[in-house]
Amino acid sequence: MMKRKLLSTLVTAALICSAGTATIAAAQQGKASDDVVKIGVLTDMSGVYADYGGPGAVMAARMAIEDFGGKMFGKNIELVNADHQNKADVAKNITQQWFDRDKVDATFENLNSAVAIAVQGLGKEKNKITVVTGAASSKLTNEECSPNTGIHYLMDTVALGNVVGKAIVKDGGDSWFFLTADYAFGQSLEKDTGDVVKAAGGKVLGSVKHPLSTSDFSSFLLQAQASKAKIVGLANAGLDTVNSIKAASEFGLTKNQNLAALLMLITDVHAVGLNTAQGLYLTEGWYWDMNSETRAWAKRYEERMKKKPNSNHASVYSSVLHYLNAVKAAGTDDTAAVLKKMKDTPINDMFAKGGKIREDGRMVHDMYLFQVKKPSESKAPWDYYTLKGTVKGEDAFQPLALSRCAALKK
Amino acid sequence: MDKRTKILYGILLAGAVIAPFVGGYPLFLMSALCFALFACAFNLLIGFTGLLSFGHAMFFGMAAYFCGHAAKVWGLTPELAVLIGTAGAAAMGYLVGWLAVRRQGIYFAMVTLALSQMVYFICVQAPFTGAEDGLQNVPRGKAFGLINLQSTPHDPLFGVIPVSDDIVMYYFVLALFLLGFGVIYRAIYSPFGQVLKSIRENEPRALSLGYDVDKYKLMAFVLSAALAGMAGALKALSVGAASLTDVSWQMSGEVVLMTLLGGMGTILGPVLGATTIITMQNYLAGFGSWVTIIMGVTFVVCVLAFRRGIVGEIAYRLKR
Repeated sequence: MMKRKLLSTLVTAALICSAGTATIAAAQQGKASDDVVKIGVLTDMSGVYADYGGPGAVMAARMAIEDFGGKMFGKNIELVNADHQNKADVAKNITQQWFDRDKVDATFENLNSAVAIAVQGLGKEKNKITVVTGAASSKLTNEECSPNTGIHYLMDTVALGNVVGKAIVKDGGDSWFFLTADYAFGQSLEKDTGDVVKAAGGKVLGSVKHPLSTSDFSSFLLQAQASKAKIVGLANAGLDTVNSIKAASEFGLTKNQNLAALLMLITDVHAVGLNTAQGLYLTEGWYWDMNSETRAWAKRYEERMKKKPNSNHASVYSSVLHYLNAVKAAGTDDTAAVLKKMKDTPINDMFAKGGKIREDGRMVHDMYLFQVKKPSESKAPWDYYTLKGTVKGEDAFQPLALSRCAALKK
Repeated sequence: MDKRTKILYGILLAGAVIAPFVGGYPLFLMSALCFALFACAFNLLIGFTGLLSFGHAMFFGMAAYFCGHAAKVWGLTPELAVLIGTAGAAAMGYLVGWLAVRRQGIYFAMVTLALSQMVYFICVQAPFTGAEDGLQNVPRGKAFGLINLQSTPHDPLFGVIPVSDDIVMYYFVLALFLLGFGVIYRAIYSPFGQVLKSIRENEPRALSLGYDVDKYKLMAFVLSAALAGMAGALKALSVGAASLTDVSWQMSGEVVLMTLLGGMGTILGPVLGATTIITMQNYLAGFGSWVTIIMGVTFVVCVLAFRRGIVGEIAYRLKR
C-alpha cells in the first residue's frame, strides 16, 4: 500500500511539475494546445559529459528562444530539460513522456550515442523531430537513420577522421602512428582516418591498441616514439584522450612529434591546460574566436555561464534557432512541414555559413582543423587555438552516395 | 500467510493492475517493475543467503543483450526472447557461481565483481552488443504470435478507457514479474529457503548438520542470476534497448542501493526500494544535476536513520 501511495503521490507531483503548465495552457485555450511550441533539451547534467553539454546546452537553447523573441504565434515558447544520466532507458522514458503527455514538439542535444540512437528511434516511431548535436556516432545517419524525423547537427566520426586526416597531411604531417582505444569506436576511427591519410598521400607507419580506460600509457607511447612518425593520432575519446596527452607530454614525445586528437573539444583543452596540450592538432565544427559574430555570441554566453562555450553549445543554439525559424516559416509545428522547411532553408548564423541539412538528416557544414597554442602565444583566457585549415562541408562529411541508410534507398 | 498480509498483497496487486489507468505512465511502470524484479532476485542472495554479489549487473545486462539479439536479429517472439535471456543468465550464473561460492564475504564479492568487469569488457568489444551505441530498436513483437506489444495507440476501450499497446506490454511485464516474485516467495518459504537462512545465520553449523552448503549456495546463486536475467530481458523488450549501462559496475551498485533502501531480507523491501530509485531517476531528471545528489542524500539518511530499510523499519515497528 505504501508503495502505491508513494508512487501515485510522486507521479502526481511530477506530473504537476512537468506537464502542469502545458495542460493548464491547453485547457484554457481549447484546441490551441498544439500551437504551443515546446522544445526539450535532453542532456547529461551531472555525469562525465556535463561540461560537454549539460547546463551550457540548456542555456544555449534558452538564448536561442530569447533571440527568437520568446513567442510563437502569440504564445510563449516553452523549454523543458532533463538529465538522462547517460542511461538509454531513462532517456527513452523521459522522451516518450515528453512526446505523449507533455506535447513536446522536438528534442535537442541528446548527447551520448546510446541515448542519441534510442531517442532518434523514438522520434521515428512517434513522428517527432529529434536533433542530435552531442553524439558522434555515424550510425545516426546510416544504419539507424531516420530521414523524416532525425537530424544530426554537429560532427560525426566520419567527418572527424576526414578533417584531421586531410588537413594535417596537407599541412605537412604525412607519416602517422595511431594510438587506438581497443573497441569498435576506436578501431573504426583509426581505419577511417588511416584511409583518408593514405588517400591524401600520407603513410601510416603502424598502430597500437590500448585497453579502454587504462591509466598506464607508457608502453604504448614508447612504441609511438620508436615509430618516428610525425603525427601520433589519438583514436580514443574522453578521459583516455586526456590521459594519453598528459602522458605524452611527460614522456617528451611532443618535442619531436605532434599529437592529433580525433575527438576533443575546447573544454577538454581547458581542463588539460596549454602547457600539456600545446602543439596538439584537433578538429571542431566551431570555435568562439573565429570572427566578430562568434565572439559576440560567446561573450553573451560567458556572461551567464562564466566560461566560454564549446562547439556543442553553439550548435545547440543554432539548431534551436533554425527549428524555430522553420516553424515560423511553415506556420505550423507539424513535423513533416517543419522538417521540410528546415531542410530547404540554408543555415546562416554564427555557427555555420551556408549549412544545409541533407535528406539523410546530416547537417553539412564546414569543419576546421586547429592547433593548440603555446602558453606564450596565448594572450587571454580561453585563447587556445590557431586555425590551421578549413575543410568544406562536402569534403568533410560522408557523401550521400556512400550512405548505408536503408530508408533512402528506393 | 496471515490475514493482514493477504490483504496487503491483495491491495498491492490491485494497485499494480489499475496503475496505468490512474496516472501511472506505462513505460515508467514497466521500468519500475523490471528493476523491482532485479532487486528481488538480488535480495534472495544477500537477504536470505547472506551472499553479497557485487556483479549482478552481468546477469541483468547480458540477458538484456541475449533477449534483444533474439528478438531483433533472430526475430523470435517476445516470450521466447525473454526465455533465452533468462536461460542465458542462468547458465552464466552457474559458471560464475561455481567459482564464486567457494569463497566467502569480501572475497566472494570481489570474485563476482572481477567476473562482471570481464563481462563488461567483453560487451565493449563484442560485435553483437553495439559497444557504446548499444543494441537499439529492439522490436517487442507479438507475444505467443498473437498479442501485439508494439506501442501504437488504439481507440479507447468502451470509449472511455485509453488503451495503447504500451499498456498491453505492461501487463505482459506484470505477469512475468508476478511469476518471478512468486518463485522467490515460494523459495523463501520452502525447506530450501530455511536451509538458505540457516547458511546465512551460521554456515559452519549448517555444514555440520549435514547440508551440502556449497550446493545450496550455488542453487540460490543460479536462481538469483536467472531471475535477474529475466528482469534484464524484460527491460530490453519494454525500453527497446540494451546498453553498456546495464552491465556496468554502477548498475551492480545501484541494485545494492535499491535493496538496502527498501529493506534487505524483507520480501517487499526491494520492490519499494527499486520503485523509489527509479522514480527519482525519472521524475527528478528535470531538476538537472540534482538527481545523483538527492539519491546520495537519501541513501545517507537511510543508513543513518533507519538501517533496516523502509520496509524493514516498518515491519520492526509493527512487531514491537
